[in-house]
Amino acid sequence: MKEFEHIQSAHCENGVTSSLLHHNGIEGVSEPMAFGIGSGLFYIHIPFMKVNGGPSISFRTFPGAIFSRTCKALDIPITRKKFNSEDKGMEYLDRQLDQGKITGCQVGVYNLPYFPKEYRFHFNAHNIIIYGKQGNEYLVSDPTMEETTLISEEDLRIVRFAKGVLAPKGHLYSPQLVKTTNLDFPKAIKAGIKRNCRDMLKIPGKPAGVSGIGYTANRVSKWRDQLGVRKASLYLGQIIRMQEEIGTGGGGFRYIYAAFLEEAYKYIMNDQLLEISNDFTKAGDMWRNSAMTMAQTLKGRATEQSDFDHIAEGMRIIEQQELMALNKLKSIKFD
Amino acid sequence: MKTNEIPQDESALKNFTKEVCYAKNSDGNYETVLSKGWDVKKDALDAAWDDIEIQKEKAIIAFNKGVKSPLYFHMLNNLMDTSLLAQYSGYWKFTINRHMKPAVFNKLKDNKLKVYADLFKISIQDLKEIKI
Repeated sequence: MKEFEHIQSAHCENGVTSSLLHHNGIEGVSEPMAFGIGSGLFYIHIPFMKVNGGPSISFRTFPGAIFSRTCKALDIPITRKKFNSEDKGMEYLDRQLDQGKITGCQVGVYNLPYFPKEYRFHFNAHNIIIYGKQGNEYLVSDPTMEETTLISEEDLRIVRFAKGVLAPKGHLYSPQLVKTTNLDFPKAIKAGIKRNCRDMLKIPGKPAGVSGIGYTANRVSKWRDQLGVRKASLYLGQIIRMQEEIGTGGGGFRYIYAAFLEEAYKYIMNDQLLEISNDFTKAGDMWRNSAMTMAQTLKGRATEQSDFDHIAEGMRIIEQQELMALNKLKSIKFD
Repeated sequence: MKTNEIPQDESALKNFTKEVCYAKNSDGNYETVLSKGWDVKKDALDAAWDDIEIQKEKAIIAFNKGVKSPLYFHMLNNLMDTSLLAQYSGYWKFTINRHMKPAVFNKLKDNKLKVYADLFKISIQDLKEIKI
């Protein structure tokens, strides 16, 4: 049996996808490639839904989508399983491991013992790899951590069957072993780009896709009046966390996407890919600056309405930057 | 962002891990760099925890005034809201809201309290109090 190699990544699902494919003999799917082929770039501000008492904003696509889409684009079959019974879910995992199969595993982070306490909120869409068992402990490769780690059977059961939004229900997933001769990277890259442009530009409704950035900007202008300075500032803090924390690689995943376009150029020699990569790097820089401005408000140094308007205006400029980049990307004529 | 601009600020990641960031190297190509943290993120995370502390302090005041049962405090202490607590405990949200009332909570039998105590990993006695 091939020894498992831990690879650290920025984001958990990219990392699990990349690592599982690498382990199964499929080379070339780096973290940015998994993110790009899986059309990971996104923006959504879900109205009327609160996460930890703040706005519900995401800079990436739906959990699970990156793994599914990347495997599908490369014609790699996958297996997925969720469980109603905890016992069956644990037994199934043990049987997989007995057969030498390593597997991706969705968990909640609140009870994840090896995570820093400060990061343990009730968030259920974290992904790790289980690659073995020693006595009563499972061998864990968490792509966001530098090193591999161990987790007890009891703790793993708790995190695999955490409850709440996006409850994992013991979710296990893995690619099925394939012959790796027919991987068509250019085709997968084009499909990933095309779908990502569609998701960002064509998805209906103002709060989803690139227009969602403007939607949030409009909300930001109103928060101070509606909620008061304290709560409005906390909401900005939540945007910072969704944008920079949770393994985004910086700048709300925009840098990872820029890295993907740069890597895609190795397969499709179209100079525009490099130009648009720079456009997304710039968008990432703008998001970072926006976070710095928001942090000033959060610390009580810039809390006037004009400061909130300034943040909102900055977000509208980011929206224009991304819109421009996506329109260019959409209009590339791949031959 | 350039690789030499990646912030290396001390954060809650200390002694646990460093995180992967993507940035451009001196040749203008992307590479990954490990970061210890970024003050901007630390500010946001600290603010979220400060807010939780404020909510908990309010819960203690409400408990001392006899407005809320200690269950309200324990729920916040476990970063839960009533819908999440409902899913973990198996009680209806309506029932949980009733249990938040001191008069109702004080009459609850141990077998009902045990559900909460087990969930919060404390004893039934500790569930009836607020220890800080």
